[in-house]
Amino acid sequence: MEKRVVFRHKLLPFVLVLPQLVITAVFFLWPASQALYQSLLIEDAFGLSREFVWFENFENLYNDPLYFASFRTTAVFSISVASLSLGMALVLAVMADRVIKGTNIYRTFLIWPYAVAPAIVGVLWLFMFNPSIGLIAFWLKQTGYNWNHVLNGDQAMVLIVFAAAWKQISYNFLFFLAGLQSIPKSLIEAAAIDGAGPSRRFWTIIFPLLSPTTFFLVVVNIVYAFFDTFGIIHATTHGGPGKATETLVYKVFSDGFVSLDLGGSAAQSVILMFIVISLTVVQFRYIERRVHY
Amino acid sequence: MIERRPGLTLLSHAILISGILIVAFPLYITFVASTVTQNEIMRPPLPLIPGPHMIENYTRALFEGSRNAIPVGLMMFNSLVMALVIAVGKIVISLTSAYAIVYFRFPFRTLCFWTIFITLMLPVEVRILPTFEVVANLDMLNSYAGLTVPLIASATATFLFRQFFMTIPDELLEAARIDGAGPIRFFFDILLPLSRTTIAALFVILFIYGWNQYLWPLLITTDKSMNTIVMGISHMIGIDDFTDWPAVMATAMLAMLPPVAIVIFMQRLFIKGLVETEK
Repeated sequence: MEKRVVFRHKLLPFVLVLPQLVITAVFFLWPASQALYQSLLIEDAFGLSREFVWFENFENLYNDPLYFASFRTTAVFSISVASLSLGMALVLAVMADRVIKGTNIYRTFLIWPYAVAPAIVGVLWLFMFNPSIGLIAFWLKQTGYNWNHVLNGDQAMVLIVFAAAWKQISYNFLFFLAGLQSIPKSLIEAAAIDGAGPSRRFWTIIFPLLSPTTFFLVVVNIVYAFFDTFGIIHATTHGGPGKATETLVYKVFSDGFVSLDLGGSAAQSVILMFIVISLTVVQFRYIERRVHY
Repeated sequence: MIERRPGLTLLSHAILISGILIVAFPLYITFVASTVTQNEIMRPPLPLIPGPHMIENYTRALFEGSRNAIPVGLMMFNSLVMALVIAVGKIVISLTSAYAIVYFRFPFRTLCFWTIFITLMLPVEVRILPTFEVVANLDMLNSYAGLTVPLIASATATFLFRQFFMTIPDELLEAARIDGAGPIRFFFDILLPLSRTTIAALFVILFIYGWNQYLWPLLITTDKSMNTIVMGISHMIGIDDFTDWPAVMATAMLAMLPPVAIVIFMQRLFIKGLVETEK
């Protein structure tokens, strides 16, 4: 799409795009190319010597069981977060769409967690599940279940999944509700006249018509679980115990800034870039005209 | 409503209310913990009714600062500066670049467009180390410039404005030109007033984005006086006995307050911004 009428100026348009381009070049393109270059180098931790090694960093990653473990952790984490928060949000959105009175009030009370920073979400949940002072940990102990996410890797994973899913419910709820409200009422009325009950109407009409929204949200939730949950993990488990909650993004950070393995961290960045690019392509290619508002 | 099913309606309300309670539970616990004393927290279970120590806990957090953190008041100021500069900066540079791309023909226009587009695919998380090095080389560590400028480029906002400019009828520009308006005047007198709601909606989303930044301030503020509240709180949590939990919880409440208030009180703009930035 192009404008038919435009201004004729030689210099002005360059002045207008310049700030954006300079920032993009200095803080996006240059660092990204550095990451590509560094991923081919092996450097010692003090930056005294560096050696060009082609793809050795990638080979090391390929042979590193910890890296594959981190892939597995990320997969388990993002699938659990996506299904938990999508499931809860869908139930709530269907209910909010059903009731006539109070939809707006319910919406107000359900969307605020979106505004809470991931790191603060981590602090909130850490406090509730703190093994020695947390309220929920205390309740669990009273029922005979020993909660200690500081020692138990699976429990640590459950903790960050809960925290991350809790924050994302509001976002999913908003989009599910918008999707539900855009489904033509006549379709549902026709089904009702044909004698379909609420649950049958949901599974044969509403749910299929909602599938573009659902697909879009699945992609968004996976991107969220991959990239936006660093704060949650850093504030609660620090990737531990052991490496039980070390996701890919967390590993880039800990290898680069804590262990100072610059080449390895850069190689992981490059792999992450490819993951982002493919997710972006999926997002643009398959969900162009997905939800109608 | 298709048919009357009072039972089902009652069930819906019950589910919604329990959903709200589940979502609000962590917030309530945090609030209660910010109104009791350290001793009450250290001897679980935590009471479920707020205690009388709210004012002293919040004053202590805001003005004194704990063991290895600066007073929270200062952190909030840093967060506010960061959020405002990021939101305003992103809006300004996106407005101007979208204006150039839509209303002008110039060499390398498509190249500019794609260069901006690429930033979508390069979130901070995947280029942490090299971006840190750039900022360090530019001597921008521990400064507001370092906190904000690297995060200001925005493909999303640029596309949003481009999309919006495309819907403005060409006749408006023709009329303005006949009346003798140049590009600058057209921008300030016509385009900017028309974009008001889009700008406001975007501001809400970007303010929250800026306020909630964690990884970036964590990396580039080694000097405690530059800490923002969202990252500074992690310095306040240590080993259980040495963590001033009431102050930490008061800080968590204060860190949530501005963005949550914005979402609740500017709900319409917030939803508009959220839906449009995802398009």
